[in-house]
Amino acid sequence: MIIAVASGKGGTGKTTVATNLALVLAQKIKVQFLDCDVEEPNAHLFLKPELKSAEPVSIPVPQVDRERCNYCGLCAEVCAFNALMVGKETVLIFEQLCHGCGGCAYFCPEKAIKETSRPIGLLERGAAREISFVHGKLNPGEALAPPLIKAVKQTIASFDLTIIDAPPGGSCPVVEALQGSDYCLLVTEPTPFGLNDLAIAVELLKKLHLPGGVVINRSLGGRGEESIVSYCRNERIPILLKMPWDRELASLYARGEPAAAHLPAWGELFAGLGRQILEDERRAR
Amino acid sequence: MEEIVVISGKGGTGKTTLTASFAVLAGGEAVMVDADVDAANLSLVLTPQQLESHPFIASRRAVLYRERCTECALCRELCRFDAISESYQVDPLSCEGCTVCSRACPEEAIVMAEVVSGHWFLSETPYGKLIHARLEVAEENSGKLVTLLRNRARELAAAEEKKYLLIDGPPGIGCPVIASLSGAARALIVTEPTVAGLHDLQRVLAVCRHFEVPAAVCINRCDLDKDNARAIEAYCNEESVKVAAKIPFYREVTEALVQGKPVVSYTRGPAAGDIVNLWQSISANGC
Repeated sequence: MIIAVASGKGGTGKTTVATNLALVLAQKIKVQFLDCDVEEPNAHLFLKPELKSAEPVSIPVPQVDRERCNYCGLCAEVCAFNALMVGKETVLIFEQLCHGCGGCAYFCPEKAIKETSRPIGLLERGAAREISFVHGKLNPGEALAPPLIKAVKQTIASFDLTIIDAPPGGSCPVVEALQGSDYCLLVTEPTPFGLNDLAIAVELLKKLHLPGGVVINRSLGGRGEESIVSYCRNERIPILLKMPWDRELASLYARGEPAAAHLPAWGELFAGLGRQILEDERRAR
Repeated sequence: MEEIVVISGKGGTGKTTLTASFAVLAGGEAVMVDADVDAANLSLVLTPQQLESHPFIASRRAVLYRERCTECALCRELCRFDAISESYQVDPLSCEGCTVCSRACPEEAIVMAEVVSGHWFLSETPYGKLIHARLEVAEENSGKLVTLLRNRARELAAAEEKKYLLIDGPPGIGCPVIASLSGAARALIVTEPTVAGLHDLQRVLAVCRHFEVPAAVCINRCDLDKDNARAIEAYCNEESVKVAAKIPFYREVTEALVQGKPVVSYTRGPAAGDIVNLWQSISANGC
């Protein structure tokens, strides 16, 4: 089973939920953890895996053979991403814009374009005790996260459970991270921003036909929370856990310590969450 | 006109909360941009009245006509995004609109259709004009949309002779962040005293350096973990990056957020004072 942890808004507690869930469930079943927030991967700060390998992840980019090129301009016309510009005797390649579709090389009548690879980030694998761990790190300055997320997801192996820590938002990197999952946990907070962005995430789950449930973090039981509760009721999406605002939890988080490993009460909460997801997913199927 | 972009790397550190107050403090001298087009929140605080709404069309998607298709599989072989299934269905979520399949198809069975990926808006707020957008879920081209918003806002700020362009940036370091940042006069990086805050600050600062945008740092909720706050300050010193403010945790900030109001409009207390000082520091002195 593959569970993704996502949220529209950043900083609501995705990594907290994902890492703690991994730690409590790994006591019983074989767990693989994938940090797909490749722009700002943080899970390693909490799971502290021993990283055993690092491999660059590359995307293909065109290279023009000046001997063969006759500057016909077809490659620039074919490129849907404006990554090529052809002048009288020059071809400019904007590598950052290239999506690696291979169109320019395929259609060049002179066979003057071949593809080379350009690294955009790093894929690191390791283990945090019994948890198998993989994350991607996008190189600062690189724009395209999805190819790296795809590479991280290609490491999915037959564990009892794979947990995916997704990036925030609702656009293409999140889609890449969520596709193929069986269930998605949405983490939110009881503020107007939290509710607004939860609605975006719920809409995304519908589009992906993905069952899911909600975790409310920093719950104070106040007004912001009522509107989230009634929103979830209307959308028929279960609230699986309310994490009470807890100074000790915040302080452990600040220091990179997972709550489940230090506070037995929180360990219980996350174990309960794990049981509910497995049940809810079974029901949804 | 000066472009000031507020970013953070890590989400949820307080970008929008600060930008909303800066909008008030700029005293009508700014045009605001919400560049977090995935999950736009600035409009929840600035009470905008929408003046204009425009569709955002930036990409095309393959549409395959089965009646012309001979299942030769060329499109499936060429597609790098695995967007065409064994049964010759195009997965709109995987298609990146590269047009390779449509150009290559010997039967001309694939055409490219334009996609409305979202909408962008021009709105009036009590503090000046706001340019914002809503990218549809699961869409691409957030970077292009941010570039469009910034270009419109620049034109507007120039036409109205405003002093500032205030950009509320998205989290992360990828394409919408780069589109928010490149060419800006300066960036304010909002971080928090956690190991994740420091880690993400280092990465987003590397992006600022890559695009040669000078940056200053605000440590928000700085009293929540003194060791990490010190570590961030030490890091900034080492990197010769100015720490423009250290703002402790204030209950009023959360209350203002729950009320949907800019902090400086909600309270005149110390929280507002700290934000005023930060605004003076970044608007006057630069980085």
